[in-house]
Amino acid sequence: MTKIRFETHRCKGCGLCVLFCPRKNLRLSDSLNEQGLSYPEEIDPDGCTGCGLCFRMCPDTAIEVQSPKKDNQDKQ
Amino acid sequence: MAVFKRTPILKDQLTHYCPGCGHGIAHRLVAEVIDELGIRERTIGTAPVGCAVLLYNYFNCDVIECAHGRSPAVATGIKRVQPDKIVFTYQGDGDLAAIGTAETIHAANRGENITVIFVNNAIYGMTGGQMAPTTMLGQVTTTTQHGRGGQGEGPPIKVCELLSTLGGVCYLERTAVSTPKDVMNAKRAIKKAFQNQIDGKGFSLVEVLSMCPTDWKLSPAQSVDFVNEKMKPVFPLGVYKDQ
Repeated sequence: MTKIRFETHRCKGCGLCVLFCPRKNLRLSDSLNEQGLSYPEEIDPDGCTGCGLCFRMCPDTAIEVQSPKKDNQDKQ
Repeated sequence: MAVFKRTPILKDQLTHYCPGCGHGIAHRLVAEVIDELGIRERTIGTAPVGCAVLLYNYFNCDVIECAHGRSPAVATGIKRVQPDKIVFTYQGDGDLAAIGTAETIHAANRGENITVIFVNNAIYGMTGGQMAPTTMLGQVTTTTQHGRGGQGEGPPIKVCELLSTLGGVCYLERTAVSTPKDVMNAKRAIKKAFQNQIDGKGFSLVEVLSMCPTDWKLSPAQSVDFVNEKMKPVFPLGVYKDQ
């Protein structure tokens, strides 16, 4: 089961993760974090494939993704 | 188990960058490369003047703050005194291409064995959005309110093309952080630049086209399009030198 965790206190609400999610499974929340900013949340908890594009595009390293699939961390 | 999470080279500290700024992504790439190459204990970074001036607050390795534009000169000194250390500079376009032009060109021409990460967002970010040497023709900034014109202000300086004519340069590549593909490509380029230094090959520079939503007066999503549609035609991505 893919797990995606948002460190919402780090989020600045730029929305790049929402923009680049290939499954369009993210949205910005209606509630606000400590800084008064919207943060991303999953639309469908089972919809995440664990591709990690949200992690790669997050400027604030506020996203952690754990996927049971093969080790696809970009060890280039 | 595939895990994507913050590397321990980055401190658990909130950055001061604006929402959607590309510096955060560039920081992560540099930190991950240091982690993967296992060179944290012998890496010394040099922080610029500009938006990334507080770089030393975010990296779990030694960092020296340099006078404006003088990072390549400071890095030269560190590398010559301690050749076993891995020295990188992290500079913006106002730092590297304006006040630090002389240091950059001569460090490159001497073939100093250092790695330069050059973040180009075509504007002065920290000081409030003035025209930078890399500002594109027609781009509106606070000091070119009708768009940068070629007369009197000149066209943008293209650093990779400029340095590619110098004999001492080992590796030059222009990348971006505006799409996931570009981010992965930028990481590969940064890793190669660090590996060149470990192998003692000489001066390596990776230019990273980055977003500046605040001073471009755009949303983060619009600034991604700005990099892809406006900047990439002016600053073509690719390898400019690889020896």
